[in-house]
Amino acid sequence: MRILLSFFIIILLFSACNTKEQHSLPILGNREPVEKVVDGKTVTDTIYQTIEPFSYLNQDSIPVTEKDFDGKIYIADFFFTSCNTICPTMHRNLLGVYEQFKGNPEVKFLSHSIDSKYDIPSKLKKYATKLGVEGDQWEFVHGSADSIYNVSAKNYLVAAYADDKEPQGLVHQGWFILVDKDKHMRGAYDGTKEDQVEHMVADMKILLKESQADEK
Amino acid sequence: MRNRLLLFSFFISAALVVMQSCQNEQEINYQRYFVNGKGLYETNCQNCHSKDGSGLKGLYPPLTDTKFITSNRNKLACIIKYGMNAKIIVSGKEYQEQMPAKQELSDIDIAQIIVYVSNSFGNKNGFYDTSDANTDLKNCK
Repeated sequence: MRILLSFFIIILLFSACNTKEQHSLPILGNREPVEKVVDGKTVTDTIYQTIEPFSYLNQDSIPVTEKDFDGKIYIADFFFTSCNTICPTMHRNLLGVYEQFKGNPEVKFLSHSIDSKYDIPSKLKKYATKLGVEGDQWEFVHGSADSIYNVSAKNYLVAAYADDKEPQGLVHQGWFILVDKDKHMRGAYDGTKEDQVEHMVADMKILLKESQADEK
Repeated sequence: MRNRLLLFSFFISAALVVMQSCQNEQEINYQRYFVNGKGLYETNCQNCHSKDGSGLKGLYPPLTDTKFITSNRNKLACIIKYGMNAKIIVSGKEYQEQMPAKQELSDIDIAQIIVYVSNSFGNKNGFYDTSDANTDLKNCK
């Protein structure tokens, strides 16, 4: 009987340890199996969805491409400066995250404006400055409506489009998308909810550790 | 003599009850406006001005500047209903953004928001009735 009891206690202790172990994050998005022939054998490999090349102007009117995000993890989102629904809440939350990772060369932020008519780089600069963001760790980018809508739907799987029925004429979802150094999507969080944003910060830390481990 | 004393005390207590109930009614109205105002604030104002009224950096002004709220209390109704684009100084900082209009709000909605805002975030300006909103809205520029 005593042996059985101590056995149970040991199992309990082990399971307690296990929960503390960090989980690795899943890779999100579409994936397709590809068959390759390696050393005469057919091997099935998986190709994960990656963020496609892009080019936009940031708040300093400097072109920003996917290369600026090489070797970095980043958070992508969609907003517009005159939005008075979910955007202020999203950027209040994202500002908190930005301040935690400020100066970290491995972390960037990419906010796409979906209002290509109004949000020209000078407007974005004004917005960023008023938000208290300087430098280029957090990029606020301007692109043509088509390119932004295309990138949101295809690359980040976030809905963003123009709709005349909406009071402000634009529809978009408040997701923060976490992208890793290989440009794979690793997490999606509701940017209007504080608990989900906290979760995102924890996941960012996991991702940073994971990439450090890979480099070793 | 005894009867007169009884009658007197009866009138006194009756007067007290009436006064008490009047006070209670205003207190109840205040509570009602405050609670409804909180809900309206959450749907109409909180995105920009934040849950704790702190605003957002240099973009959206805070509602915690008690001096500003007190001295502009009779302008709040117009600002809420018709929005604002003027340059203002709040808590020593300059703000100029387009605040959207909320013309769909009724006078009572606006009064309830004003009761909530001007009695939260450090502000203590007491009750503000629908009739106050009605008067203030007639003077909008």
